[in-house]
Amino acid sequence: MAIASVQLLGESPSPYVNRVQIALNLKSIEFEFIQENPYDKSERLLKVNPVQKKIPVLIHDGKPICESLIIVEYIDDAWNNGPPILPSDPHDRALARFWAAYIDNKWFPLYRELRAASTEEARKELIERIFEGLVLLEEAFVKCSKGKPFFGGDNIGYLDIALGCYMGWVKATEVSIGVKFLDEFKTPGLAEWADKFCSLNDFKEVVPETQKLVEIYKMFQGRGKPASG
Amino acid sequence: MAEVKLFGSSGSPFSRRIEVALKLKGVEYEFIEEDIYNKKSPLLLKYNPVHKKVPVLLHNGKPICESLVILEYIDETWEGPSILPKDPYERAMARFWVKFLDEKCFPAMWQACWSIGEEQEKAKEEATEFLKILEGTLSGKKFFGGDSIGMVDIGANFIAYWFMLPQELAGFEVLTKEKFPKLNEWKNEYLNCSIIKENPPLKDKLTALFRARFQAVGAAK
Repeated sequence: MAIASVQLLGESPSPYVNRVQIALNLKSIEFEFIQENPYDKSERLLKVNPVQKKIPVLIHDGKPICESLIIVEYIDDAWNNGPPILPSDPHDRALARFWAAYIDNKWFPLYRELRAASTEEARKELIERIFEGLVLLEEAFVKCSKGKPFFGGDNIGYLDIALGCYMGWVKATEVSIGVKFLDEFKTPGLAEWADKFCSLNDFKEVVPETQKLVEIYKMFQGRGKPASG
Repeated sequence: MAEVKLFGSSGSPFSRRIEVALKLKGVEYEFIEEDIYNKKSPLLLKYNPVHKKVPVLLHNGKPICESLVILEYIDETWEGPSILPKDPYERAMARFWVKFLDEKCFPAMWQACWSIGEEQEKAKEEATEFLKILEGTLSGKKFFGGDSIGMVDIGANFIAYWFMLPQELAGFEVLTKEKFPKLNEWKNEYLNCSIIKENPPLKDKLTALFRARFQAVGAAK
């Protein structure tokens, strides 16, 4: 049996894996999806990602590439077909990379802390910090979108993929704890963007339904470190 | 008004990265020294309201923040020696390793320098583990970037000065020649390459800075 030239190791509840799936689909790249349980790591995963030991891992012509945003940039660099994922202007690219790093390093980790929080006081403080971050992201959206529907403009791009893939988990958290994060009054631009992004086939075909994520959320309440990134 | 301004601190390895990159590309810039420990300027807080940190590059009035983002911007904006490789796979590898440096190596090494007791021992172990991984990537290469310095070399600048100095001052050793022959060789090549040699960080200033920090940490014991 021939080995596909493009393979993606991961599992669908991981927003990091979803990012890579969306990027590959945008470029119409055929790939083999290889199921990997990040909580029961296989020899294969440890071999292709010995340093971080995480999903996703993209294997292209036998060479592994790790870290979701690095993989998305690789896909944009390596394949010319399909729309560009990163903006063409260097300053816009810098903004996109800056906000993606903020989302990954500062904002979304708050959701993990929230899920692990054991007191009402801690939960309240984390929710407040998430909302503060959303205000910053609203400003970023206005700046990057320049009046268009997505961060990337008329079509989705790098920052839409970076933030958008967290929306499944944001919605699952909303359902699980009864707090509406994407509020059309507090952050109207972002709320509208989230609606649009989540109704795209690019999103629906790849991110599990909210109810499934809610069930997983319940299982992980109280747990710690993520196994994907 | 200078077209390119850099808000930085001569004591910061992250700020230093940007100076190296700008000099590599032959870009003239105005350096604005920020007092990051005592009082950050209103302009810095205006241009980097999210993180309130150096470095911030200002180009044609537009700010760019976060050292790795700035390095990519510099590479994309100005001609001259490449900071990132041209090949997509090599670019991905460079980005991977520089992320590893910032997310794993730097925090562990920083902790190893400034913590005490059990916390320090644990940090030293972690730092050793990460440095071993890094050492492995240098097989057969003069620099992480190959024959000339690139993104990963510039990113690893803190290993050259900011880790060696505290080790000397504090009298502990993680990055020894015996354990890390390739990294030590890399450090010497890096410090000797023309762009770095012509623009060394101010050793006296760094030494004074580290001494002050050591005294503060010692007083806390």
